[in-house]
Amino acid sequence: MRLSMTVNGTWFEHDVEPRLLLVHYIRDVLGLTGTNVGCDTTSCGACTVLLDGESVKACTVLAVQADGAEITTIEGLARSDGSLHPLQEAFREHHGLQCGFCTPGMVMAAASFLREHPDPTEAEVREGLEGNLCRCTGYHNIVQAVLAAATTKELVR
Amino acid sequence: MSTTVTGTDQPRAPGTVMGTRLRRKEDPALLSGEALFVHDLVVPGALHLSFVRSPSAHARVTALDLSAAQAMPGVVAVFGGADLMSEWAAPMPCAWPVTSDMKNPPHYPLATDEVRYVGDAVAVVVAETEAQAQDAASAVAVGYDALPAVVDLEDAASDRVLVHSALGTNRSYIWELAPDAEAVERAFAEAAHVVSERYVQQRLIPAAIEPRGVCVVPQPFGGEYTVYSATQIPHILRTMLGISLGIPEARLRVVAPAVGGGFGSKLNVYAEELICVALARRLRRPVRWSEGRSENSQATIHGRGQIQHIELAADAAGRLKAVRVRLLADMGAYLQLVTPGIPLLGAFLYHGVYDVPAYSFSCVSVFTNKTPTDAYRGAGRPEATYAIERAMDALARKLGLDPAEVRRRNFIPADKFPYPSAPGLVFDSGNYAAGLEKALGLADYEGLRGEQARRRGAGSTRHLGIGLSSYVEMCGLAPSRVLASLNYSAGGWEAATVRVLPTAKVQVVTGTSPHGQGHVTSWSMIVADKLGISPDDVEVLHSDTAVSPFGLDTYGSRSLSVGGTAVYLAAERVLEKARLIAAHQLEAAPEDLEYEGGAFKVRGSPHKSVPLGVIAFEAFTAHDLPEGVEPTLEASVSWDPPNFTFPFGTHVAVVDVDGETGRVELVRYVAVDDCGNQVNPLIVEGQVHGGIAQGVAQALWEEAAYDPEGNLLTTTLADYLVPAATELPSFVLGRTVTPSPTNPMGVKGVGEAGTIAATPAVVNAVVDALSHLGVRGIEMPVTPERVWRALSDATQETQEKGEPR
Repeated sequence: MRLSMTVNGTWFEHDVEPRLLLVHYIRDVLGLTGTNVGCDTTSCGACTVLLDGESVKACTVLAVQADGAEITTIEGLARSDGSLHPLQEAFREHHGLQCGFCTPGMVMAAASFLREHPDPTEAEVREGLEGNLCRCTGYHNIVQAVLAAATTKELVR
Repeated sequence: MSTTVTGTDQPRAPGTVMGTRLRRKEDPALLSGEALFVHDLVVPGALHLSFVRSPSAHARVTALDLSAAQAMPGVVAVFGGADLMSEWAAPMPCAWPVTSDMKNPPHYPLATDEVRYVGDAVAVVVAETEAQAQDAASAVAVGYDALPAVVDLEDAASDRVLVHSALGTNRSYIWELAPDAEAVERAFAEAAHVVSERYVQQRLIPAAIEPRGVCVVPQPFGGEYTVYSATQIPHILRTMLGISLGIPEARLRVVAPAVGGGFGSKLNVYAEELICVALARRLRRPVRWSEGRSENSQATIHGRGQIQHIELAADAAGRLKAVRVRLLADMGAYLQLVTPGIPLLGAFLYHGVYDVPAYSFSCVSVFTNKTPTDAYRGAGRPEATYAIERAMDALARKLGLDPAEVRRRNFIPADKFPYPSAPGLVFDSGNYAAGLEKALGLADYEGLRGEQARRRGAGSTRHLGIGLSSYVEMCGLAPSRVLASLNYSAGGWEAATVRVLPTAKVQVVTGTSPHGQGHVTSWSMIVADKLGISPDDVEVLHSDTAVSPFGLDTYGSRSLSVGGTAVYLAAERVLEKARLIAAHQLEAAPEDLEYEGGAFKVRGSPHKSVPLGVIAFEAFTAHDLPEGVEPTLEASVSWDPPNFTFPFGTHVAVVDVDGETGRVELVRYVAVDDCGNQVNPLIVEGQVHGGIAQGVAQALWEEAAYDPEGNLLTTTLADYLVPAATELPSFVLGRTVTPSPTNPMGVKGVGEAGTIAATPAVVNAVVDALSHLGVRGIEMPVTPERVWRALSDATQETQEKGEPR
């Protein structure tokens, strides 16, 4: 099937199998391997990307369902000058990552969450990230990072 | 909260980097998506593997028809176990034959005539794409003739059903430690109080968020293989691949690229790794395999899996006189790399932080028709700590003492270190009472007890529980001579090289293999601190056997105290050599020089100085080196620690138990840990946070559940309950600092501490919450149903006895 979408600001067109998942399109067709796959039941959230600004688990969206959409992956979050996005900076500042495998999905989920909750409480941050599993951090520093990023007021486009 | 140090680019005076909260050098690559995990590697022409796994816990394989799968699109080859037998020079390795008569049944990467657990692989499909390989795997026809399966540990110990009929028993080994058995008997005979408890350590699935993955690139005409694997142990893996496949070790290069967590589950030599190398050799093409989550649940090792009997003998004042432990440990269907040794890593620690004169331990290890067990975060030490800390609370209840008081009465006193323990270790340093008092203070223990009494008085059904756990662990695996005495097949040293490049940038090569622990940052800090340079000027190379040929990798909270010490000593030796060159340059005696601010200065003549950069360039050009000094500024060290290190601390868990629904909420968690001197407190805290989460998860949610036929019921992350952010509170951390005398930096290790301490703290809190209702114990995971049943049973018992407690 013919498919076209904008990923990180670039327009792509491809012929794909109808069964191709969005995450495999992003990883295998476009070569954007920052988005990870950690499970097969939409449980872990490692594959979270933004679809028209909202976070989705890219393992649960067919590529063709995203036809015409605007996708942002972790590779599209840093600024064009090469510096990290404030949310990425906050994760670094607060040691919100260890092995880093869940991190791209976690950061994208947090980006989407903060757009909807610009001034969240700790409990709201925890609820907002409930769909993303991290096995390393115990979430403590992730929550701190997201709360800190919320104060920068310079978030997702 | 302390602020993070962000400026790293300035040169530092020696001694000013250690102990600072330097943000990690690893992070930008991981945060931007640039880091490459195995699954991300682009390898042209690679074939994909998919495994056919047994759906049955125990069965004879009566037929294997590969023809339909072979005819599927894109399929290159399909192999059964018999087809690959010629590939193996040796069976799958078990490196820890704990006794001379340990039973270790032959174990090959693919089963041939019999499968022994759900997930045991019987065939492998090789195809051009991953989807084609998976499609074809489902077309492999396997005939199974079901055999009885044994799942329960005590049932397995009875030998009613045998996992390996040729062995004639399910017992792999019996291991005993009783330095003075008579003293133990005497102590129990004379005891004023005896506590006898039985605990079940449920099986856990390590569940690193990155499943395993392997990619092997052969160079058929060069005869070499590059093996990329999501592993914690590239060095050990290389040696074992060489032995198992009959490939000269020098022709194997193993690379662990970015690795997405391990927790012990990637401390192994797996069938899929061996098969990938074997098929790359046979097909002369690159092959790769990515584990699915359900596969990970079945085919990657599980942790824990023990039934524990612990007995305490105490005098009238509640002082411990002896600890006696009997363990029944679940090996699963086969022995993996260090499966049999895991219970023994706890064998020396069932007396915990307490001064106990008499001790005995025995372990019977049995095979079951389940996934093999092996190291999972803490490996033996969480089990030991759980048993003694639960039993101490039972002793406190028996004596009518506060759990804190019974601990105070029994702590090894701070002035008794180094402490020779009854089981035969020497605890390096400790101050257990200080950690307890600090934790109680941070938790407002008195206030919590007051609130608990208030709720009980008011007849509230929201029961408040406070649980303590004081722990000690043996870390820094390990002194090689001690490993020899335990029949371990390798040593416990670690290697490092520090080299100053011509432009004065420093390269560190380490034998450790980080997968989230931040070694690049910490090792940079150690060297920067020693050499008086910026951590940004230090590069750390690791996890590639072509770059770092020697090493024993990362597990057992060993990396800093063993690997970091090697780095420290190598930096020291670099300075010794630099001193000789500097002395030559400055026309001074080496002993008259002092090193300060990244330069050697002549003592008393501060204008006469030469910076390290100049010395490095001199060492590179070699135009004017002193007599007998070789070119290049580089030193390599292999450090074998003289002892383990013994981190310790006290954790306090506070739970709110809903008496009507049985739901347990962890409302507050305080951890005071002492890991000796800290290189980077930011990283230390992160390790503690993550460890606590895993320990709490064992207490409340996680269990690799099997049905009586041996079917694993928790094969996805929807069934296996890894906690999300909503299930956990923020943690309150404190620390004490008691340096280790075992190594020059005085460090101990912290990777497993949180997991070791948290599980008993939480379960003690739940029992404490319900103790006024007659509840004395509850099994893990403490589900709402188990809480509700414990309350119902206690109520019934109270009514039958006609007494309130």
